Amino acid sequence: MFYLDDIGRYFLMLKGVFSRMTKGSVLRNLIFKEIDDLIIGSLGITVFLAFFIGGVVAIQTALNLTNPILPKKLIAFASRQSVILEFAPTFISVIMAGKVGSFITSSIGTMRVTEQIDALEVMGINSLNYLIFPKIVAMCMYPFVIAIAMFAGILGAYVAGVYGGFVPSTDFLTGLREEFIPYHLTYAFIKTFIFAFLLATIPSFHGFYMKGGALEVGKASTSAFVWTTVVIIISNYILTQLLLS
Amino acid sequence: MIEVIDLHKGFNGEEILKGITTTFHRGKTNLIIGTSGSGKTVFLKCLLGLFTPEQGSICYDGSVYSELGEEEQRDLKEQMGMVFQGSALFDSMTVEENVMFPLQMFTKQKKSEMLDRVHTVLNRVNLENANDKLPSEISGGMQKRVAIARAIVTQPKYLFCDEPNSGLDPKTAIVIDNLIKEITEEYDIITVINTHDMNSVMEIGEKIVFLKHGNLEWEGDKTQIFKTDNQAVTDFVYSSNLFKKVREAQIKGI
Repeated sequence: MFYLDDIGRYFLMLKGVFSRMTKGSVLRNLIFKEIDDLIIGSLGITVFLAFFIGGVVAIQTALNLTNPILPKKLIAFASRQSVILEFAPTFISVIMAGKVGSFITSSIGTMRVTEQIDALEVMGINSLNYLIFPKIVAMCMYPFVIAIAMFAGILGAYVAGVYGGFVPSTDFLTGLREEFIPYHLTYAFIKTFIFAFLLATIPSFHGFYMKGGALEVGKASTSAFVWTTVVIIISNYILTQLLLS
Repeated sequence: MIEVIDLHKGFNGEEILKGITTTFHRGKTNLIIGTSGSGKTVFLKCLLGLFTPEQGSICYDGSVYSELGEEEQRDLKEQMGMVFQGSALFDSMTVEENVMFPLQMFTKQKKSEMLDRVHTVLNRVNLENANDKLPSEISGGMQKRVAIARAIVTQPKYLFCDEPNSGLDPKTAIVIDNLIKEITEEYDIITVINTHDMNSVMEIGEKIVFLKHGNLEWEGDKTQIFKTDNQAVTDFVYSSNLFKKVREAQIKGI
């Protein structure tokens, strides 16, 4: 019953987010600020993670391809598929649940604790729209981050595979282009859009409705990370079943 | 005038406000006092429209809040200014941006006009050379001044303050109290202050409402409060050693 109550409040929160819009000029500035905080600020860590994940995937694949009949170009093929289908959209999103999610929860939670949200309400401002809507709009840029992560992941696989001596460069590039299905990219970006929405709204929910003081802000951040990850993993399963089966 | 009639409010079956009836007048500093847990903050939040009373009504210059439509309630809220206990300044904004915020949200003024107004109110609260500082870079007293400036920048009809001098040294507290009183008279607004500070009562208590366990126990002004025979009020007023000595001196005729 407790979880049902939270799920109900989450959807009521979403209703509040999309009603009584904040003044356009103010909203525009908030959106740019959120893009800077949530998207631009995440690029560095995303590229770093994706590059090394791609490298590790290439090495693991190479080390497990012990049968001499199997061509080396499979290393590139397996790396590409792993990075595009799962590692970039899902794995990076789980990392972002920690980075972006805890930032969102703690920033909104601190505003709750220090009565800044009450101040907005007293002024007659729809605090849900003012605080959460710009984050949702900013997170619409998240697929670009994942696209860069895909590129960095495949680059990492190339560097590890070719310069690690596991596969010749020409074989790698051949394998990279082999049996490429464009729909896999569509699938990955549909997932990414949905994960972006979850990344913006679940941590906001935990921050907005938190009660207590500084300690509870920390607890809410942890809780937001756990729940965002759980929902991302469950929706990943459902989306894969729906879109690829 | 703000007219409160038979106000009831409770949480989880426990009644916090038990039928409060009083009025707050324009151009005066109205104080709500009482011990912790007496219902002061709940009362103030009902006045602000943050809590919906279960029974009773609050009438702002003839308009009953609960009878207003959503749009009219929002219009009314735009006429309210609030100074929170912890100032509630937006951390990510500078002093100037904090004060300009209500103007950006509710007016169509040009930026230059808004800046003129911001500088006027910042000067009014005697705060200069802090425009570009963040709230974390200024003292508690300065934060209160910024909060007051933000509350009055749109020239509201009603000003609400929740313990405006808590956490301040006595000298700064008196300066803030007097500033609120001056602004109340100058802008002819209805100011309601929630406090348990007797120094504030003595300094600016033009009308005092004393709450006890959610009931309105007593009301009067700062001269009457020292003469009342109400036991709950005298217990509250003379709870500190300083005021006890003043009381003893009064009785001895010193």
